[in-house]
Amino acid sequence: MTTSRRKFIKISALGVGGLATASAAYNMFGTTSFLNTFSAPNNSKALKRTATYCEVCFWKCAAWAYSDGEGHIQKIIGNDDDPHCNGRLCPRGTGGVGMYNDEDRLKTPLIRTTINGEQTFREASWDEALNVVASKLKTIKDNHGAESIALLKHGCPGWHFEHLFRAFGSDTTAEPAFAQCRGPRETAFALTFGSWVGSPEPTDIRDTKCLVLIGSHIGENMHNSQVQEMSDAIDNGATIITVDPRFSTAASKSQHWLAIKPATDIALLLSWMHVLIEEELYDKAYVEKYVYGFDELKAHVREFTPEWAYGITTIKPEEIRKTARAMAHAAPAVIVHPGRHVVWYGDDTQRERAIAILNGLLGSWGRRGGFYLKDSIAIPDFPHPEYPKPKWDWRDIGENYPLAQMGLTNEIIKASIPSENAKYPVKAWMVAGTNLIKSIPDTIQLQKALEALEFLVVVDTMPMDITGYADVILPECTYLERTDIVRSATNREPSIAVRFAAVPPKYQTKPGAWIAKEIGMRLGLEAYYQYDDFDEVVNWQLKEMGTSREEMEKIGVKKYPRQSGSLYLNEDEVHHFGTASGKIEFYSHELKDLGFDPMPKYTPHPEPPQGFYRLNYGRSPMHTFSRTSNNPNLTDLKKENDLWVNPKVARIIGLKTGQRVWLKNQDDIISTFSIKVRVTERVRWDSVYMVHGFGNDNKKLTRSYGKGIDDTQMISRVFTDPIMGGTGMRGNYVSIVTENPHKNEAI
Amino acid sequence: MQEELFTSGRNIPNIDPSLQIWHWPISLYLFLGGLAAGILFFAALFYILNKEKTYPTAVKIISVVPPIALSLGLLALVYDLNHKLYTWQLYTTFRIESPMSWGAWVLLIVTPLSFIWTFSYYREVYPGLESKLKLFQKFKFLNTFEHFIIKNRRHIAYALIPLALILGVYTGILLSAFNARPLWNNAILGPLFLTSGLSTGAAAIILLSKNTAERHLFGKIDLALIVIELALIAHMLMGYYAGSQVQLEAMQLLVGGDFTVMFFGFVVILGLIVPAVLELMELKGYKVPVIVPAMLVLIGGLIFRFVMVEAGQLTRFLY
Amino acid sequence: MRYAMVIDTLKCVGCSDCVVACQTENNVPIGYCRDWITETVDGTYPNIVLELKSERCNHCDNAPCVRCCPTGASHIVEGGIVLVTANECIGCGACIESCPYDARYQHPDGYVDKCTFCHHRLQKGQLPACVSVCPTKCMYFGDLDNPNSEVSQLLKNRKHKTLAPEAGTNPHVFYLI
Ligand SMILES: Nc1nc2c(c(=O)[nH]1)N[C@H]1C(S)=C(S)[C@@H](COP(=O)(O)OP(=O)(O)OC[C@H]3O[C@@H](n4cnc5c(=O)[nH]c(N)nc54)[C@H](O)[C@@H]3O)O[C@H]1N2
Ligand SMILES: Nc1nc2c(c(=O)[nH]1)N[C@H]1C(S)=C(S)[C@@H](COP(=O)(O)OP(=O)(O)OC[C@H]3O[C@@H](n4cnc5c(=O)[nH]c(N)nc54)[C@H](O)[C@@H]3O)O[C@H]1N2
Ligand code: SF4
Ligand code: SF4
Ligand code: SF4
Ligand code: SF4
Ligand code: SF4
Ligand SMILES: [Mo]
Repeated sequence: MTTSRRKFIKISALGVGGLATASAAYNMFGTTSFLNTFSAPNNSKALKRTATYCEVCFWKCAAWAYSDGEGHIQKIIGNDDDPHCNGRLCPRGTGGVGMYNDEDRLKTPLIRTTINGEQTFREASWDEALNVVASKLKTIKDNHGAESIALLKHGCPGWHFEHLFRAFGSDTTAEPAFAQCRGPRETAFALTFGSWVGSPEPTDIRDTKCLVLIGSHIGENMHNSQVQEMSDAIDNGATIITVDPRFSTAASKSQHWLAIKPATDIALLLSWMHVLIEEELYDKAYVEKYVYGFDELKAHVREFTPEWAYGITTIKPEEIRKTARAMAHAAPAVIVHPGRHVVWYGDDTQRERAIAILNGLLGSWGRRGGFYLKDSIAIPDFPHPEYPKPKWDWRDIGENYPLAQMGLTNEIIKASIPSENAKYPVKAWMVAGTNLIKSIPDTIQLQKALEALEFLVVVDTMPMDITGYADVILPECTYLERTDIVRSATNREPSIAVRFAAVPPKYQTKPGAWIAKEIGMRLGLEAYYQYDDFDEVVNWQLKEMGTSREEMEKIGVKKYPRQSGSLYLNEDEVHHFGTASGKIEFYSHELKDLGFDPMPKYTPHPEPPQGFYRLNYGRSPMHTFSRTSNNPNLTDLKKENDLWVNPKVARIIGLKTGQRVWLKNQDDIISTFSIKVRVTERVRWDSVYMVHGFGNDNKKLTRSYGKGIDDTQMISRVFTDPIMGGTGMRGNYVSIVTENPHKNEAI
Repeated sequence: MQEELFTSGRNIPNIDPSLQIWHWPISLYLFLGGLAAGILFFAALFYILNKEKTYPTAVKIISVVPPIALSLGLLALVYDLNHKLYTWQLYTTFRIESPMSWGAWVLLIVTPLSFIWTFSYYREVYPGLESKLKLFQKFKFLNTFEHFIIKNRRHIAYALIPLALILGVYTGILLSAFNARPLWNNAILGPLFLTSGLSTGAAAIILLSKNTAERHLFGKIDLALIVIELALIAHMLMGYYAGSQVQLEAMQLLVGGDFTVMFFGFVVILGLIVPAVLELMELKGYKVPVIVPAMLVLIGGLIFRFVMVEAGQLTRFLY
Repeated sequence: MRYAMVIDTLKCVGCSDCVVACQTENNVPIGYCRDWITETVDGTYPNIVLELKSERCNHCDNAPCVRCCPTGASHIVEGGIVLVTANECIGCGACIESCPYDARYQHPDGYVDKCTFCHHRLQKGQLPACVSVCPTKCMYFGDLDNPNSEVSQLLKNRKHKTLAPEAGTNPHVFYLI
């Protein structure tokens, strides 16, 4: 085994008991008392309605939690006034009650200890755990500087700890939502339109006449208002074009499904541009008025005929022409969707540039039915002294990727592996609300970093994989049990939403805001915490924004008038884009100057060798990554992922639906667990497909332990985007193992 | 390729197993009900035909079986109810379209009648037992009661004949009324279960009878019943063949599926054909221990109920 | 008044929100469901048709479950809604066997349970829980006796089907195709 200093502890190993059972009085499942109490139509019961917003994914839909205010949450229903959800949550949001009811939750602070030479966790009081964290952070700051302590975070808890870190003197921060997710498109759209796409995407889907989805699998990707608006678009008779090697749900709703060969999208995008320009179908007035570099583009795409693209993408030339014309016909009410999880093959910024340029040719940016001009309102900062300036921060760590606009998780991980003359050595991490083991590819590198860290504190709600590596685990309560930051949404019109505690925290859990402040106080950062309770901050902010806690408790969501002018480009004025030239840049000098292609090019990518299949992955509409994998309501819908296999492949290997198999990837990594085969025509013969987020390796997760395979485990080869550092993850291949490879291992 | 699957909800463990809601007690109950119906039918019939003396087993001796069978059957039925505390709700109403309701009410009438029938022969058939228990000495009113019943035996017998037939048919109709289960949904099941019940009744009589003439008569009756039963089974299978897709699929379970061995091996061959041949041989004068065909018929009848209840629940319209 | 549900398969994405929403609204215990989603895939890559359907009790006009119920626990109320009265139900299972849609299940407490069309919500003037959460708004609910209702209009103007019509139950959940 490894000579690791920090061994992975499956939390089940420890002698939990005392504290946990003391507070586990409320056991909802499997007991008849639950059934007797709640099975009769209880809807007559007077339930309290608390304003909240959902934390089951990052769409943050505003909602009402119906509870008895004590220990029972009956249901969560969308807020009608919220533009993210229009009163309808997605299944994960509706099943959010399960996050609260999950009896496998983290219940008390835990501290790593060694008993009889075995590393394990012991329960600790909050005071003890917080003291350990504060003193460790202080020591590391004294020895290496606050900069050497990194914050890896995602979602709402991130905000509280970011404030703590910046007050403490560290801005060594990153989240998987950039380098493992949206990064390439934000960089590409910033380069092209001078504006991020951002979240929620400003796609005017409800009014579109043509929606083009490049891999973006809306309908399985349940980002709520997008799904809703796609349905509106279907009602309105919009043309949907889906480009996906897999027959996605969206593809099944499309007039045109282009079953593209994986990794060849740029060729298709270039030939679409070719058709639009050759057939003069592009928006000439728009291009004339707003575009920089059209002539260069025209020359660039001249050779990229549909016939050329056919040889690469396997999509028939007439199909390419037909779809290009359909887009032009609908323009400018057309959306070539930027997608969201877009770190695929390492040339992702360029693919996203191609998408952006295509939208530019169609004149869809700033037009009804295309991309609207988003707006939002700023939440005032509760007064605090200025943050100290760190000597270096996430920008410096990511300096090899000049166009990274946020911290790069993978670069921080690299900087945490000790080396001779490290410029930016990272010594300790705080991880809040991200399950790095599942979200970051190349787990071997991650493992090395984890083992080398001097200190790791994890703030989570569940005993997810990452907690097994922690020195201290701090159990946060779920979003339903805490007052949290005011949500300011970017949308057609600005709005804010609030989250108040629907029920008090269960077990010994605490809100992130409280945890961050307690650590801050112990670090002598009182100046940054001039309040007793985070509720005070929220109350103050609401007042500053012309509303009040009382009002927000009643309405949950408040809309504000737009500040930035009209929703679409004003045709009588000349809009200035945020790019260097003030125009939409088809040709990018910025890229050229940094040594990159100024216009996107198609480069071939390797293909799976004999006996291997490309590992494709995506979303299940009923789950969010790994965070819902143990949720009682949602596991009830889907317990584990399955491996989609084309019938041709099944015939060759001799696979049957329901059979359990293991996977072995190109680097000989064998999956820990097995997965059930689903033989289906919905997947191409050169790839296999599975939903991300399963295969938990912690027995404490009683519903999800050992269920399905973790795709991340199979993603050991990463294609890093040289422009912004995104981790391309779709170039991994697996072979299918039908005999249990772990048969002879001791468990 | 065609693929049909549950995306959610129905692929979870508690749902489809809970559709398989009838378990062994129901099969047992159907068997015992049929058996009791058969015995009561013959008892009443031969009583009315004034053959009480010639066929004492059929009329008198075996009369202890139906009350026990019906009581056990009822127990099994209630055991398989899942909301037992509310069982009384069965008797707050009569639902003319519900076979269950028919069954509940018929049982409510037949079971006491069967007890009364037994009681009327109690002192005659089991004098030894009574001399130990001395019930009639302890409870004086029993004497008047017995007297009253014996006087009215004929009336009871007249009532028992249709009631036994209804009970026998009902055990089949309980299943065949379910349009939703293609294996059950055919008109043959009522007569088939009745025939089978009569046949098991006859077999039981043969088993208990010490009288050669009686055994021979019931051997012949049973033989005839088995022939009818085989014809009805053939008819049922042909009905499936001529039926819709779902019925064809349902038949596959019996003809070329999980239940084929059980059905053809145990029910048709061991439970019907072999005993028929043995009974025929016995009639032709070969020495066959009567217990063998009788037991085979009884066991075959029980397995038949199991097969039909279990397999039927696997057949459905959708999915 | 004749209630009916109309579900547009061209919009349903099979997300199962209707299933969880029913579970939380109606306290359906974990491990059970009143509604569920089926997926049918037909064809050969890349010529494939996919149909997703949210299914539940069809509140049949000719309901075998009601006919076979020995106690009257299963009954039909105003608007054609088929209901089960829990404390009249003996849990005999006859109705489960009788339903061609397998829409009923045995509640762990013993009685038989199934979709109620959210009768308790209708009485308050609300839509059924599943209809009210569906993110694609592909579910419609209303009165078929009213020719102007959304459901009547949809059935008038769009191609539709019901499940297993050959079972002769006259189901009242319709699928737009
Ligand atoms: N192989 C593979 N890797 C991927 C992806 C993929 O598709 N395949 N997707 C990528 C994308 S697009 C993204 S955005 C990332 C997402 O990556 P993550 O954000 O890491 O994803 P989750 O699995 O949701 O992890 C969230 C963690 O937060 C915890 N948590 C949930 N609620 C709370 C809370 O209220 N407070 C605290 N403190 N913790 C909470 C959960 O228990 C869980 O441990 O993953 C990326 N990585
Ligand atoms: N239910 C649910 N919804 C979610 C999330 C969740 O966890 N659960 N996560 C949210 C987050 S953070 C994100 S980032 C988004 C991600 O949502 P998307 O951006 O839609 O996700 P992707 O993973 O990029 O897309 C997956 C699809 O890409 C296809 N694909 C694979 N390779 C190729 C290729 O070479 N070319 C093309 N054209 N297509 C290809 C796959 O077959 C699959 O259908 O989802 C969001 N929505
Ligand atoms: S999209 Fe779904 S999971 Fe995400 S915030 Fe909205 S309701 Fe919650
Ligand atoms: S909620 Fe709507 S879209 Fe989702 S599965 Fe149910 S019917 Fe389909
Ligand atoms: S669907 Fe089944 S349970 Fe519902 S009314 Fe029809 S037969 Fe009865
Ligand atoms: S299980 Fe209940 S509702 Fe169903 S038939 Fe029996 S008594 Fe009626
Ligand atoms: S109508 Fe109500 S009870 Fe029926 S499936 Fe929908 S939510 Fe469940
Ligand atoms: Mo993401």
